[in-house]
Amino acid sequence: MDYSNFLIMNHEISLVVVLIITLLADLIIGGNKKVFQYLALGLFTIHTVLGFTQWGSVGDETSFGGMYITSDIHSFVKNFLNLGTIFVFLFGFEWNKTENQKHCGEFYFLTLSTLLGMYLMISSGNFLLFYIGLETASIPMAALVAFNKKERESAEAAAKYVLTAAFSSGVMLFGISLIYGTCGSLYFDEVLVNFFDSPLHIMATIFFIAGLGFKISLVPFHLWTADTYQGAPTAVTAYLSVISKGSAAFALMCILVKAFSNYPDVWQSFLWWIIVITITIGNLFAIRQENLKRFLAFSSISQAGYVILGVYTGTAQGMATVVFYLFIYMFTNLAAFGVISSIENKTGRLNMDDYNGLYSTNPKLAFVMMLAMFSLGGIPIFAGFFSKFFIFAAAMREGETLLVFIALLNTVISLFYYLKVVKAMFIKTSENPIENFKSDNMTRIGLFICTLGILVLGLISPIYEYINGISFGF
Amino acid sequence: MSLPLECYLVVSTLLFFIGVFGFIVRKNLISILMSIELILNAASINFIAFNRFLFPDQLEGFMYSLFIIVVAAAETAVAISIIINVYRKKKNIDVKSINELKY
Repeated sequence: MDYSNFLIMNHEISLVVVLIITLLADLIIGGNKKVFQYLALGLFTIHTVLGFTQWGSVGDETSFGGMYITSDIHSFVKNFLNLGTIFVFLFGFEWNKTENQKHCGEFYFLTLSTLLGMYLMISSGNFLLFYIGLETASIPMAALVAFNKKERESAEAAAKYVLTAAFSSGVMLFGISLIYGTCGSLYFDEVLVNFFDSPLHIMATIFFIAGLGFKISLVPFHLWTADTYQGAPTAVTAYLSVISKGSAAFALMCILVKAFSNYPDVWQSFLWWIIVITITIGNLFAIRQENLKRFLAFSSISQAGYVILGVYTGTAQGMATVVFYLFIYMFTNLAAFGVISSIENKTGRLNMDDYNGLYSTNPKLAFVMMLAMFSLGGIPIFAGFFSKFFIFAAAMREGETLLVFIALLNTVISLFYYLKVVKAMFIKTSENPIENFKSDNMTRIGLFICTLGILVLGLISPIYEYINGISFGF
Repeated sequence: MSLPLECYLVVSTLLFFIGVFGFIVRKNLISILMSIELILNAASINFIAFNRFLFPDQLEGFMYSLFIIVVAAAETAVAISIIINVYRKKKNIDVKSINELKY
C-alpha cells in the first residue's frame, strides 16, 4: 500500500505530533508550569512556521478517495488559524500560570484538539469527515468553556454551550441524512451532481445551514453566544470568537461552493434574510451592553453577518474576501481581547464604566484598544476598513445593492458603540480608574503583533492578491 | 413482509420533532440531553432506512450511523460532567437555576 498519499495531510500530522508531545510533557514536567508552557508554545510555533514554509503548501490534492481535500487556500486558512491560536496562548500565558494551578496542560491539549477538529472540518470532502471534524472541534470546546471549574458562571456558560452545540449538530445531522437519502452519496462532488431544487433538498439545506449557523452564531441561532462568551475564561472567549467562528464560516463557504452550487437560489434566498437580521440584531443588542465580553460577543455576531455576506456571493472573489476578512478580523478582535484579558488578569474588572479614564493611567493599552475598535468599526486606513470594503465590493459585483446598503447602514450604527468604548477610555474621567500596571512580556508580544497587523495588513496589497489568486468559487 | 420506507421516515420525523419540542419545553437539563439524543437517533434511523431501501449496495449510511452513536456517547459524557458541575454549584439542575448570565 502506498502511504505517501498520507503526507499531504502534513498540517494535521504535525499538529498531532505537537498534541501528543504536549500531552506527554504534561505528565512529565507538568509540575513546572513555566517550562511546560514555553515548551508547548515553542512546539506550536515551530508547527506554525513550518506551515508557512514550502513544506506546508502541497497544492491541490485529495486523499482517502476524495474524503480529504487540500489546496493552497486551505493551507492558508490553517496557517492563520495557527497564528490566532498562538496569540490566544500568549494572552493566556499569565492566566495559566496563576489562576488554574493544576490544569495548565489540559488547556493546551484541549485547545490543540479543537484546532485539529477545525482542520478536518475545513479540509473535508465528505459529510462524514466534516461531521467528525465539527464534533472534534466542539466537544473539547465545551470542556474549555467550563475550564474555570470553581466559578459558577463558567459552569453555566458551559452548560448552555454544550446543549446548544449538541442540539445544532443534531439538526445538522438530520439535514445531512436527507441529503444522503436524496443524493445517494456523502461526497461533495457527487452531491453536487445530484442536487436539485426539490422541497426535500431545500429543507435539507436549511437544516444543514441552521446547524452550522449555531457555530458561526448567526442570528436566529445566536442565543448561546453572549452567555457563553461572558462566562467562559477570557482566553477561551477569544478563541471561540475568532478561531472557532472563522473556521466554521470558511467550512460553510467551502461546502456551499462544492456541494450546493448548482442551485444557489436555494440557499441564497435563505441566507439573504439571515445576513440582514444577523447584522442588525447583533448591532442593536451590542449598543446596550455594559460588560465588555458581552459587548464583544454581540459585536462578533454582527461581524459574522459581514462574513456571511461574502459567503453569500459564492464566487471566487467572495471567497477571497471572506478569507481576507477573517484574517484581518483575527488580528483586530484578538487585540481587543488581549487588552481585556490583561486588564481582567490584573484587576478583575470587565465593565465599560471601569474603562473610564483608562488613557490617563494606561495609555498604551488604551491606544491598542482604540486601534482595535476603529478597525472593527471600519474606519479608513486601518485594516478593518479594507476587509469590509472588499466584502462590499464582492457583493456589489453580484448586484446585491439593497443588501450592501443595509450592511453599510449597520456599519454606521456599529461605529456608535465601538466609539462608545473609545469615548469611555479617552474622554470620560473616573474617580476610581484602573491603576497603571505593567503587563507581562507574552501579552506585550501578542499585542504588539496584533497592532502591527491592524496598522499594516490593509495597506500591503500582495496579501489580498495572494488570497485572491488561490481562492475558488463557482 | 417488510414495511415500506415511508414508515421509517414517519417515525424518524416524529422522533426529530419530539426531540426539538423536548429541547424547547423541558426544564430539566438531563431531560434536555435526552431530547437531543432523540434528535440524533432520528438522524440515525434516517440514514439506515435510506441506505437499506434506496442504496442497498452501499455502506455509507450504516457507517454514518455508527459514527453518530460514538460521537453522541462522547458528547453525552462531556455534557453530563458539565451538568454535574452545575449541580455542584447550584444544588439543582433546573434550567431556571442557570440564569445568572443574561441581559
